[in-house]
Amino acid sequence: MAKAANAESALPLRVSRVALMPWVRRIVFYALLLALWQLVAKAGIWPDYLFPGPLAVAHTLVVGLQSGQFLQAALVSLQRLALGYAISLVVGLVLGLLIARYRIFEETVGSLILGLQALPSVCWLPLAILWLGLSEQAIIFVVVMGALFSITLGVDAGIKNTPPIYLKAGRTLGASGLALSTQVVLPAALPAILNGLKQGWTFAWRSLMAGELLFFTLSLGNLLQNGRDLNDASQVMAVMVLIIIIGVAIDGLIFASIERRVRERWGLVRV
Amino acid sequence: MFFQTQASNTSTIERFSASDRSTPAGIPLKIEGVSKVFVARTGTVEALQPVDVDVTAGEFVCLLGPSGCGKSTLLSIVAGLESATSGSVWAAGQKVDGPGTDRVLLFQEAALFPWLDVQQNVEFGLRQAGKPAKERAAIARHFIELVHLKGFERSYVHQLSGGMRQRVAIARALAIDPAILLMDEPFSALDALTRDRLHIELESIWLATRKTIMFVTHNVREAVALGDRVLVFAPRPGRIVQEFRIELPRPRSLEDHALVDQAAKITAVLRDTMGVQEKEAANGKSS
Repeated sequence: MAKAANAESALPLRVSRVALMPWVRRIVFYALLLALWQLVAKAGIWPDYLFPGPLAVAHTLVVGLQSGQFLQAALVSLQRLALGYAISLVVGLVLGLLIARYRIFEETVGSLILGLQALPSVCWLPLAILWLGLSEQAIIFVVVMGALFSITLGVDAGIKNTPPIYLKAGRTLGASGLALSTQVVLPAALPAILNGLKQGWTFAWRSLMAGELLFFTLSLGNLLQNGRDLNDASQVMAVMVLIIIIGVAIDGLIFASIERRVRERWGLVRV
Repeated sequence: MFFQTQASNTSTIERFSASDRSTPAGIPLKIEGVSKVFVARTGTVEALQPVDVDVTAGEFVCLLGPSGCGKSTLLSIVAGLESATSGSVWAAGQKVDGPGTDRVLLFQEAALFPWLDVQQNVEFGLRQAGKPAKERAAIARHFIELVHLKGFERSYVHQLSGGMRQRVAIARALAIDPAILLMDEPFSALDALTRDRLHIELESIWLATRKTIMFVTHNVREAVALGDRVLVFAPRPGRIVQEFRIELPRPRSLEDHALVDQAAKITAVLRDTMGVQEKEAANGKSS
């Protein structure tokens, strides 16, 4: 309490220090966590190959990256993600528009999608493999099943919640039909659509990793499985770290920044 | 009809009035027995009893009344955004059947599109009309200048004040050159100073263009300052109770004694029409 009061009454220099505090706390926290991990690993309760320390994992990560194997695997996974996500985006946009626009679609396809949304997309994997074999198509299929429904529902929700005033303004200025949809309804719905896109990406990424565990071609999920087969927990952990880094990067660099810009411009946050 | 702009402010206004002498100004508007009944779960609500209004070309008519008197509903019907329960609206002899770019509605909120900048907002209607990009840009620039927002072309809505937003909305409406402007309490959310300034601007734009204007307000002085005619509405059910012709010279000043007197007369009528209900609601025995 006393410290906070002190900081408030202090000079601008102090204020910037206050803004830095969360970062300091965060760094200290992670440093302690790594130290604890290293200690437990060194204590020798479990063998090295089952519970390596952070230094060993970091070493594996660096070696994996240097050899190009990790990067190549990441590239394969990201390509699948991009392709599956792009398909979901196009199909989801169309489906969402149809459901929002036509009652008949809402009552039929809409209810089906709500139901399918309750099914974790990795449950589609056995079926995908039966139908398509252990192929590229099978894994893309699972990714699409992960992202599609979230995107569809996001588009639907966004369009249904379009502020009526924008519609009135658009119509009185001469917009109708397709022009009204693409130039007024869709942009007005963008904040909600973005929510669906973000959730869709999260689901796509998760289903991709789950699916890749079963595949033999080089990929991030395959590297995890490979580490297990070789009794190499260090590799498993290194790949996990890599997956986290990629996930956080896509989240922060792409989605969070788009979302921030949209929310600011749409007047949803005061700046 | 339109000229390349790259000139000073005064010549802009000259050119503006000159250009509008060649284009058709306002058109007449005929409202015949228009009524509106809303059907709700709790029963039907008569929002507007059948009204007849004849507006001549280039006339400035104010619809004045408390909230719930059906004046905004009437405006929406004229704009073609809502359908009438009975009766019909004729714009220059053409029956109104849906929105049309001869009539543009302006709202209490500016209703600008936040995903477009000022320039793109003003161009919106022109784009719907299929005007080529170059012409669109030139027309938009002209009207942005007209509402004194030169330099804000690339600003977004969240960067503008309430008064500036309403100015953009006016420019956006004028850009498609409608014969009739329908204004639904466009200035009621603004502070008094900004409102006064916009009154002056609107009056001068109207004098220059001679468009037909229907202006909804609940502010008596605003109605008297702007209107050639003031239609006084009463609520529950919405109806027109009296009509005043305002013969004061223009440009008008809000401080003008004649204007204040005229406003006082209208206020008295408004009070009479509302008084009955207020008494019913508040205390039945007061006289």
